[in-house]
Amino acid sequence: MTERLMVAVLKTAPRQCRGVGSNPTPSASKREGENLKIHEYQAKALLAQYGIPIPKGRMASSPAEAGEIAGEIGGKVVVKAQVYAGGRGKAGGIKTAGDPEEAEKATGQLIGTRLVTHQTGAEGVPISKVLVEEAGDPARELYVSILVDGASRLPVMMASEAGGMEIEEVAQSSPEKIFKVYIDTAVGFQPFQGRKLAYGMNLTGGQINEAARLMANLYRLFMDKDCSLVEINPLVVTANGTLLALDAKLNFDDNALYRHKEIQELRDREQEEPLEIQARDWGINNYVKMDGDIGCMVNGAGLAMAVNDLIQHCGGRAANFLDIGTLNNTDRVVNSFRMFAADPGVKAVLVNIFGGMARADVIARGIVEAYQRINVRFPVVIRLAGTNVEEGRRILVESRIDYIPAKDFYDGARKVVEAAKGASK
Amino acid sequence: MSILVDKNTRLLVQGITGSEGSFHTQRCIEYGTRVVAGVTPGKGGTQHLGVPVFNTIEKAMAETGANASIMFVPPPFAADGILEATEAGIPLVVCITEGIPVLDMVKVHRYLEGKATRLIGPNCPGVISPGKCKAGIMVGEIHRPGSVGVISRSGTLTYEVVSQLTSLKVGQSTCVGIGGDALPGSTFVDILRLFQADPDTQAVVLIGEIGGTMEQEAAEFIGQTMTKPVVAFVAGSTAPPGKRMGHAGAIITGSAGKASEKIKALSRAGAIIAPTPAEIGVTAKKVLQSS
Repeated sequence: MTERLMVAVLKTAPRQCRGVGSNPTPSASKREGENLKIHEYQAKALLAQYGIPIPKGRMASSPAEAGEIAGEIGGKVVVKAQVYAGGRGKAGGIKTAGDPEEAEKATGQLIGTRLVTHQTGAEGVPISKVLVEEAGDPARELYVSILVDGASRLPVMMASEAGGMEIEEVAQSSPEKIFKVYIDTAVGFQPFQGRKLAYGMNLTGGQINEAARLMANLYRLFMDKDCSLVEINPLVVTANGTLLALDAKLNFDDNALYRHKEIQELRDREQEEPLEIQARDWGINNYVKMDGDIGCMVNGAGLAMAVNDLIQHCGGRAANFLDIGTLNNTDRVVNSFRMFAADPGVKAVLVNIFGGMARADVIARGIVEAYQRINVRFPVVIRLAGTNVEEGRRILVESRIDYIPAKDFYDGARKVVEAAKGASK
Repeated sequence: MSILVDKNTRLLVQGITGSEGSFHTQRCIEYGTRVVAGVTPGKGGTQHLGVPVFNTIEKAMAETGANASIMFVPPPFAADGILEATEAGIPLVVCITEGIPVLDMVKVHRYLEGKATRLIGPNCPGVISPGKCKAGIMVGEIHRPGSVGVISRSGTLTYEVVSQLTSLKVGQSTCVGIGGDALPGSTFVDILRLFQADPDTQAVVLIGEIGGTMEQEAAEFIGQTMTKPVVAFVAGSTAPPGKRMGHAGAIITGSAGKASEKIKALSRAGAIIAPTPAEIGVTAKKVLQSS
């Protein structure tokens, strides 16, 4: 599940409550957020680095390799598709194999195909790697996660004896089975907090301290690597009573990636929306592909959302969300136009800039440059306001580029919807 | 009156010598803000834009009587900057910086507990009390002194709303951008409380967006405590679920994060909902006239 969903789960109970409240929030969507994700095999390697026990196994990128790994492990194995989406099991992305030959065959059925789960669109995500692991026979399935809680502004660790299912389902069906502790970053995660969660999961004997140690290590990982979410689901109690992280998910705070080169390198671009990757490569970090035909370039996230809302209100649909951010060079403007040119769905473009930190003159210069460097095949409606707007308008007028001026953003939305309708005739 | 900043504000600029810091400091000065000091470690003893620069906030406060700070410090150093200002005991820190790691802000919030400093932002346009003081990056000219308080999670959408208000001759007491991050220094409720107590604010415009539950918390406060009318708009009705729309805090996952849920909560609490972002100004004007 996503970290925000878990926040929603958290928010359903006042802080002093031990379990989750009686009216938890169900999920609207199970798609992932925009924080950097990594594959399960990479997440498990990080867990192992932090002393958290994981099943025996390795990543394979071909059937032959998978067979080899299965042979090394010996006995029954699990072959798991490595994709950035949950719900793999139900979608057929996890297969069991009794011997190396079966592991090879299962891998052959997965690699090169696309997996469609409830978290992906109908197009699915490509499978090019699998994780081959020993198949266990867990006695119990538990749940542990950490994320930052917006209300308390502290990391919170949640644990439940109802592992193996999504936590928001647990929050709905048996909220009393979710336990949580807020971690004061000044002193860090404490053994008593680990014991509290361990007892909450009905562990016994030596498992209590074992679990507390595991949770302390998980917290260390969360803090060291600037995670936005760590989730072990399920954390299993094996037949001989020890703990093992059977599945794990780690997401990272994009804002902190500058200090984690080792994490940046784990990014698998194949798993992401191609136009969004292109945008990022061109320095446009706030781009979200949508399904309409009006390209939008706006400064500021709130205004960009409002512009998209207004376009819909006027009877059109946005092709994207694009917050150009605070920029004072023309490249990002030119690259935004490149994005529109690269998106075959775009029939018209609305540029809506209300300069504050970003300056309207710089944007105007960027637009003129874009017209010179790119084939602008679509009508462009431009609305400029704010910092250095007079200069910006002058630049546009003197450049003699072909565009439709708008006096305010309502006017801009109306004109671009009209232009898009005209263009599709 | 107004809230947070006024004629008595003596502003200090953290990161005054950087390019954004310089540009916006100049604009603040032109607006009439009393910028009394700048702080850039290593540049103490110099002058920049006619403002004395100090190596530390402590020294800057001692020598200039600065009582508010605005920060243009790059993200890796921003948390340190907020802590330094807090330690020095400055009452108000306005942090413009976008992109501060969440765990840095967790530590900042922990440190701020029990301290005298109020943090606005990060990732925000700042605060302006029209005609009195601008401690932010917003365009001063679009504002007009008056009696409507504005609070927003968004920067540029606030400019849009303010220019609507001003063109309708509806002035503003103070406009506060609380920022688009998941862990803002001040929340809607914090600022609503100040507006409720401010005798010169007659009505409040609240601009929310998808993600989190800050609008629901605001709704609760509006329903229980606010006696002044609140006009609200929530951006992101058409945002696809699960995608982060630019702001770290703007992502729909649980249904509570959806615009429709927030609008429902605000409306139920008695806030007047603007039907489109283009009609926030006229809605506020109507409310003012009828109150």
